[in-house]
Amino acid sequence: MLELQNISYTVTDDGKNKEIIRDVSLKLEDDKFYVITGPNGGGKSTLARLISGIVKPDSGKILFDGKDITDMSITDRARNGISFAFQQPVRFKGITVKDLITLAAGDMSTADACAYLSEVGLCARDYINREVNASLSGGELKRIEIAVTMARSSKLTVFDEPEAGIDLWSFNNLIKVFDRLHDKLHGCIVIISHQERIINIADELILIAGGRVTKTGSKEEVMPLINSGNWAVDSCDKLNI
Amino acid sequence: MNNMDNIQKRLLEEVADLHEIPEGAYNIRSNGEGAGRRSTEHIEITTKTDKPGIDIHIKDNTVRESVHIPVIISQTGLTESVYNDFFIGENCDVTIIAGCGIHNCGTQKSEHDGIHTFLVGKNSRVRYVEKHYGEGDGRGEVVLNPQTIVHLAENSYLEMDTVQIKGVDSTIRTTRGDVADNATLIVKEKIMTHGTQHAETDFIVDLNGVNSGTHLVSRSVAKENSTQMFRSNIRGNNACNGHSECDAIIMDNGKVAAVPELEANCVDASLIHEAAIGKIAGEQLTKLMSLGLTEEEAVEMIVNGFLK
Ligand SMILES: Nc1ncnc2c1ncn2[C@@H]1O[C@H](COP(=O)(O)OP(=O)(O)OP(=O)(O)O)[C@@H](O)[C@H]1O
Ligand SMILES: [Mg+2]
Repeated sequence: MLELQNISYTVTDDGKNKEIIRDVSLKLEDDKFYVITGPNGGGKSTLARLISGIVKPDSGKILFDGKDITDMSITDRARNGISFAFQQPVRFKGITVKDLITLAAGDMSTADACAYLSEVGLCARDYINREVNASLSGGELKRIEIAVTMARSSKLTVFDEPEAGIDLWSFNNLIKVFDRLHDKLHGCIVIISHQERIINIADELILIAGGRVTKTGSKEEVMPLINSGNWAVDSCDKLNI
Repeated sequence: MNNMDNIQKRLLEEVADLHEIPEGAYNIRSNGEGAGRRSTEHIEITTKTDKPGIDIHIKDNTVRESVHIPVIISQTGLTESVYNDFFIGENCDVTIIAGCGIHNCGTQKSEHDGIHTFLVGKNSRVRYVEKHYGEGDGRGEVVLNPQTIVHLAENSYLEMDTVQIKGVDSTIRTTRGDVADNATLIVKEKIMTHGTQHAETDFIVDLNGVNSGTHLVSRSVAKENSTQMFRSNIRGNNACNGHSECDAIIMDNGKVAAVPELEANCVDASLIHEAAIGKIAGEQLTKLMSLGLTEEEAVEMIVNGFLK
């Protein structure tokens, strides 16, 4: 499905070069459910941006279904079956939930697309004509982002911290939603998350820290590393510079 | 209306959504002349005797009625100033649809300056809709300089919606208002300029009454080499609420300047101005592109939504 080969990505911050993704290689398989986790600032969102084409790597290759998509635009990646739900969803003045869902759903009927709103716990009737602007609460915006992304029914979908800002009651449902999506899509789902309950439903866990993949494997293999607590040392080190 | 040609009919459709003779009172002005008029039991339209234009008298207690007063110009080189005065009685609830469409395929300037004065009686509600549209393949300029003067009596309300999306080379829109006790003036304008067009907006509102209020909202897009200027001055002369908002997207070499002024002349006046000018946010484009749109399609969707 998706293969990252030796991906590196550097940004310039205050005139200094900062390598935020370092030589990352990863292989994601069809029909599998991945969870990417790791410390804040580790490079998870950046990796998702590299996959969806929002940023381009300095070196390395990205293959999608065997095809080299390293230089492919965001648009073409989207059309070829890559979807990405942002960690911080974007607001638009004058564009409605319906506009986004129908755009995402393609030739799906609006009624079917509305079903995705219900899945994320929003009453379609109340929200479908709302503008995706500053009047939406953080949690509402986040759910709309998830619903819009799911409506695309892509081969590969990356959700960046979908649980952030979602209340506890809805969180339980959200987990079921991802489970169902997984059953239905037969595609590859990648969730970036810090939540143990989401980690629990992963087929495979990917640990990213300091711009590197530090471990991949089953929950049993990766969790001990997370619980060992050496991230705290890491942040103290940073303070000492 | 029957003796209008196709250009005139299309202009009428653009500015007033009119396909046929409207319901209620109307006055159609075409190439500087009257092209049809109807007064009704409650709304009387008469021709001014001292200058070009009409007086529209709306009787007390007129509710759910409308007046259409479109102006169309298809003759190149026509320049006119027209005065339309609305005398709206008490306890009314009416909709007024004005608009000006110019088709200029000649080389001379066509200009229409409409001066609209509203005297709104106590407890009345007015919705005033105005649409400006220009077209033509000639090199003649299309110029529209509308002036709107609103006097709001106690407890009255006027909402003005103006739209200018296409084809007007130069426009200076002037709006003046004075607002009495418990009255409210709302103005919403939408402007898009392109090419080398220039649009200026100039509001001055005096909030004179206790509990008077105003809300001025301008949304605009300046594309290519076009320029826009937004000026507003809200003067709070009593316990009142004033709010103005200028929200503009600039593209290509478009330029927008906003000069907001607030003047609180009473300690209980509460006045706010918000202005945001900038290009389309990069993350808005990437979001829509990640849903499969090209960059151009994404820009179009954002601009259309913004001006909707
Ligand atoms: N354009 C940029 N300029 C400077 N620094 C950047 C830029 N983009 C990302 N970074 C830095 O790169 C690092 C990785 O960021 P990223 O957003 O990928 O982290 P993350 O793993 O998603 O963190 P979180 O769990 O907090 O969401 C951070 O230290 C961030 O500050
Ligand atoms: Mg992140």
